[in-house]
Amino acid sequence: MQMNRVALLLTPVFSAMFATWVLVFGAFAHADDVKPEASRAEGLTAWEQIYSVLTSPRCINCHTATNYPQQGDDRHRHFANVIRGPEGKGVPGLNCLSCHHEANADSTGVPGGPNWHLAPLSMQWQDLNDRPLSSAAVCRSVTDRSKNESMDGPALLKHHQEAELVLWAWNPGVRPDGTARTTPPLTHAEFVAATRTWVDAGTPCPKGK
Amino acid sequence: MATYHLTVNGQRKEVNVDPSTPLLWVLREELKMTGTKYGCGISACGACTVHVDGVATRSCVLPMSLVGGAITTIEGIGQDPVGRAVQDAWVDKDVVQCGYCQSGQIMTAVALLKATPKPTDTNIEESMGGNLCRCATYVRIREAIKNASQQLK
Repeated sequence: MQMNRVALLLTPVFSAMFATWVLVFGAFAHADDVKPEASRAEGLTAWEQIYSVLTSPRCINCHTATNYPQQGDDRHRHFANVIRGPEGKGVPGLNCLSCHHEANADSTGVPGGPNWHLAPLSMQWQDLNDRPLSSAAVCRSVTDRSKNESMDGPALLKHHQEAELVLWAWNPGVRPDGTARTTPPLTHAEFVAATRTWVDAGTPCPKGK
Repeated sequence: MATYHLTVNGQRKEVNVDPSTPLLWVLREELKMTGTKYGCGISACGACTVHVDGVATRSCVLPMSLVGGAITTIEGIGQDPVGRAVQDAWVDKDVVQCGYCQSGQIMTAVALLKATPKPTDTNIEESMGGNLCRCATYVRIREAIKNASQQLK
């Protein structure tokens, strides 16, 4: 009888202990499933990885500050007097589409992809002397919604994941001599992962000019 | 090899060629339409220019696998009012010297005038800048384009 009364009295105590255990360990289990938001430091590190891609020739050659695109790993001015034109698609008679079609033309070495065009001047990532802008300046440009077609962090991630001309950078075809064009310094998966970390951290930008 | 059905100057054509074959060689070798010229083979000179759905296109670097529209060549451009005006202006201004590049020059000039009926000197320089002429007929080309523009009022 005495034992039953003790057990009865202790039941609420055991129940409270069990509930506490569930709450505490449940919270830990939840933490394992959901990655905590990236810190600013992690975001800045990820941004530098992104910057290394954006300033690689496959990307920056079409993000000029000038009236022409560039080509090649040495980023020389596009041959044949090709110019930007009012919409970044060349001019009548000398459009991007005059040579660049829906896909790479590997038999002739001309790169191609859907809607081939230059990035707008608001997305220039180099100066008028064709030098890449600083990491801080490119970051400010990429995150400025008045310049980037109003893309917020998730939209930037989606752009890096899915935009066809972004994807082209990792499938750039071959040069006229048949050798493969170089690709950016990260794989596309690494680029997307870095972008995700940067976005999770709130798209931080380095300080400076 | 693959079979392609093309529309060239309004006529249906069938060719059986390797998909990597540039359109230029299909026109010249398969269809025996030799008005379109081979110049550099790397889209740097403009001699091979044709229109694909109205867009001036360098046929030397366009593989058949990527051809996606109606083709107009120098043999057919005279059927178009703008093309006719340009060809007449070319004759009036006696533009041609050796003539090798002129098919491409005319095709590009037509594309320019269709998009910009009253081109400025800058428009002409920008649009024609990719078409080279070893005889340096550039001054007469500019005059002829302006002449055609006036005729098209």
